[in-house]
Amino acid sequence: MKNPLAVAMILLSLAGTAAAVEPDEMLKDPAQEARAENIGRQLRCPVCKTESIEESDADFTKDLRRVVREQVADGKSDREILDFMHARYGDFILLRPPFKPSTWALWLAPPALLIIGGLFAFFVTRRRPAMVEPAPLTPSEQAALEALK
Amino acid sequence: MRRLIFATPILVFVGLVVYFATPLLRGTDPSLIPSPLIDKPVPTFDLPPLPGYPKGLSSTELKGQVQIVNIFASWCIPCRAEAPVLMALAQNTHVPIRGIDQKDRPEDALEYLKELGDPYTSIGMDSDRHVSIDWGAYGAPETFIVDAEGRIRYKQAAPLTQADIQDTILPLLEKLGAK
Repeated sequence: MKNPLAVAMILLSLAGTAAAVEPDEMLKDPAQEARAENIGRQLRCPVCKTESIEESDADFTKDLRRVVREQVADGKSDREILDFMHARYGDFILLRPPFKPSTWALWLAPPALLIIGGLFAFFVTRRRPAMVEPAPLTPSEQAALEALK
Repeated sequence: MRRLIFATPILVFVGLVVYFATPLLRGTDPSLIPSPLIDKPVPTFDLPPLPGYPKGLSSTELKGQVQIVNIFASWCIPCRAEAPVLMALAQNTHVPIRGIDQKDRPEDALEYLKELGDPYTSIGMDSDRHVSIDWGAYGAPETFIVDAEGRIRYKQAAPLTQADIQDTILPLLEKLGAK
């Protein structure tokens, strides 16, 4: 513990994104609460758009979390709850959108760009001439080197 | 071949400009979420009335004629801007405007209606947002047009302006055969 600041920074970086779920929202059964959190993390907040509903502080999202928890407590499966939200809010609500024509670009662009970039790098480096061996020392350079020893 | 290599970045750039400029110039708002409920029947619900009102709002009333459903709340600032537009619409057409009062305290809602006018044929109180979520709402105000068969035909997740009424709402109501 030489540098308390560094330790604090590392610990902070491990904290990740904080959940916005307040204690009074949580289900009493920890296993059910964990399931609800897992479902909530797959659902995008329609108000703030860049967070999951577990992370969002928006008032509306609080009610979406409550609906998820009510359905978990009612014994609905993960799939049923995600389908419930999908039927009301469309693909937008799913942080992992389904693979279909309108999302092809979304799913395929990263691997396609990686392949194109990889091929480009491969051909550019291959075309570059191999490293040239340095010319051997001339007799005068050799003599100067010997003099230094 | 060499020319092609030099032309590629320019072509990609032009493509991106067209792709991003189109929605900008068309005025499409990317923050609006397309609703999967368009052309689907309205969700089944039954909401209680505000205190002092004879009845609330249930899905059975959303059949038989073209109607407008408007989600509002007293805490919602854009709703206040929308209120006069709804009042004018209620005075100029015979299309019922049904209100869903979202997560409101009854006394606040009554005060709001007293202050800004009440354009609604009937109002249901959605105090815990269950029904708003069934409508795929994510805030207030939101406006839906429901046809005579009780199907949702249009949704606007933003306050209605006079321009929206003229350009979108009235033509659509007419197309759907509203009287």
